[in-house]
Amino acid sequence: MTAVRTDSRWLELIGFALVALLILAFLPLVLDIFRLNLVGKYLTYAFVAVGLVLCWGHTGILSLGQGLFFGLGGYCMAAFLKLEASSVANTKIQSTPGIPDFMDWNQITALPLIWVPFKSLPFALIAVVAVPALAAFILGTALFKRRVGGVYFAIITQALAAVMTILIVGQQGYTGGINGITDLRTLLGWDIRPDSAKYILYFVCCFLLLGTMFLARFVLASKLGRILVATRDKEDRVRFSGYDVANYKTFVFCLASAMAAVGGAMFTLQVGFMSPSFVGIVPSIEMVIFCAVGGRHSIVGAVAGTLLVNWGKTLFSEEFPQLWLFAMGGLFIAVVIAFPRGLAGVMTDQIIPRLGSWTGRPRGGQPSPAPAPAE
Amino acid sequence: MSSSTDFLLALEGVSVSFDGFKAVNELNLYIDKGELRAIIGPNGAGKTTVLDLICGRTRVSEGSIKFKDQEITGCKEQEIVRRGIGRKFQTPTIYEDLTVFENLELSLPRGRNVLGALFWKRTDEVVERVREIAAMIFLDERLDRRAETLSHGQKQWLEIGMLLIQDPELLMLDEPVAGMSVSEREKTAELLRDIIKNRSVIVIEHDMKFVESIAHRVTVLHQGKVLAEGDMLSVQNNPKVKEVYLGH
Repeated sequence: MTAVRTDSRWLELIGFALVALLILAFLPLVLDIFRLNLVGKYLTYAFVAVGLVLCWGHTGILSLGQGLFFGLGGYCMAAFLKLEASSVANTKIQSTPGIPDFMDWNQITALPLIWVPFKSLPFALIAVVAVPALAAFILGTALFKRRVGGVYFAIITQALAAVMTILIVGQQGYTGGINGITDLRTLLGWDIRPDSAKYILYFVCCFLLLGTMFLARFVLASKLGRILVATRDKEDRVRFSGYDVANYKTFVFCLASAMAAVGGAMFTLQVGFMSPSFVGIVPSIEMVIFCAVGGRHSIVGAVAGTLLVNWGKTLFSEEFPQLWLFAMGGLFIAVVIAFPRGLAGVMTDQIIPRLGSWTGRPRGGQPSPAPAPAE
Repeated sequence: MSSSTDFLLALEGVSVSFDGFKAVNELNLYIDKGELRAIIGPNGAGKTTVLDLICGRTRVSEGSIKFKDQEITGCKEQEIVRRGIGRKFQTPTIYEDLTVFENLELSLPRGRNVLGALFWKRTDEVVERVREIAAMIFLDERLDRRAETLSHGQKQWLEIGMLLIQDPELLMLDEPVAGMSVSEREKTAELLRDIIKNRSVIVIEHDMKFVESIAHRVTVLHQGKVLAEGDMLSVQNNPKVKEVYLGH
């Protein structure tokens, strides 16, 4: 088995290298900036999918509300950009110049207190990660300490994503409402709209994603990663080995949420706005499908699944816009029935063994990177 | 009634009820240091519930449980484990997706908080300790195998090994030889005789021959109460015990 495990580690690193090659070299060379910017948008969902590999694939916590954290990250970023775009000079036709336009429309005459700190970029960047992580921490502590799990946890997270959407839409003066926060222009004076900026933002997104993938890999390869798997399989045994299971679940949920939030922030930067349609139930479930199609046990699989499904979604909905939802529903059912370990599972269980050069049974879609004990 | 004692474990007046049914009723049970106690009794007598109460899995409705003269009722499972009580479940409860080595490594009582686990280093000392335990439980040849691939008996040994590596002062085993072949039973008895040195053990077991071969004292439970207690011979000859249990 040791040899097989070493193979799996190599397999994973090869997968990482292929992803890097694809997103850093191949796609930028063959795609125009419009399409590349779309890929950049897809990649922001991949952050969420990698987070789901940690908390769903390896720990067994299915969150149907990752859009909530994606949105929180995106809104924190958008808040900074919107304030910068709403300088007194830019908004002099408003009845209250110097505040975001949607506030003016909603008869708000001074910047709400909660918005004031977002004038600072460092604060906003910290908030991108800290606000969602804090939300996940509160939620995780409240639920995991009470041993809420499984379906109940999934339903609660889904409800929270819905609540968040309703809150954003309802509090139009503070959040931009259903339209979201739009008309974002510059980051510390640097215009984020032209093609040159889109290239730069694309590559920033790629490097952050690769960093996220390596972070996920580091966590999974540590003893903590094995405790997560152990928790998924035999939670009671972990508890009776003296571990506080709730702490581990909360940790991985916070980490997954922070990853989703970084994706959200990069979405705002690349797409140029943030709206409640990326927060609610439908986007949250879509993100779970990306991860499931790619393989919820595999980091590389989740990224690949996200890219493929979104690519398919774009192509498909350009031709048959009405049918996309049915196609995606069908895809999810097909994955669950035909290949529950996702594309990564198909790869490691079917394709690679047939290549014939491997000396044993690879460990399926979850290449366990656990180092073999010293001989 | 609740008083300071020299016993390692003292249950006094312990009751628990589920929806009005008293699974354990005013139970008193005392375990000495270094003692191997067998708990027997017919199905539904409350044997497993008693273990659940001791290890914190089920909350006590009334009464007191003291371990090393400290109250442990109300403690969380992991706190009770850290005080030195290990629990083996009736069905083998191991991590099927991990290797035997990893199963034992996770059970080592170190690096138990989140950061400790994230930056855990597999030192030579850790490897040494895992190998030592693996040799005791007859699994030293199978360290790199996934636990899923072990036989039923080997899984039971692995779980016992996972408890041993915690080095608990009190070990609680729920039917450790259930479903084992005759040769596995003998090996397990030998293993248990080995590991009870320096610790106390509570065993729940149906197999009378097995109980006779290892236990110092036997407690017979019936309907959540102690029916009889003593050495195997006196228990076997107790007419009440014969009536409810051994007679069939």
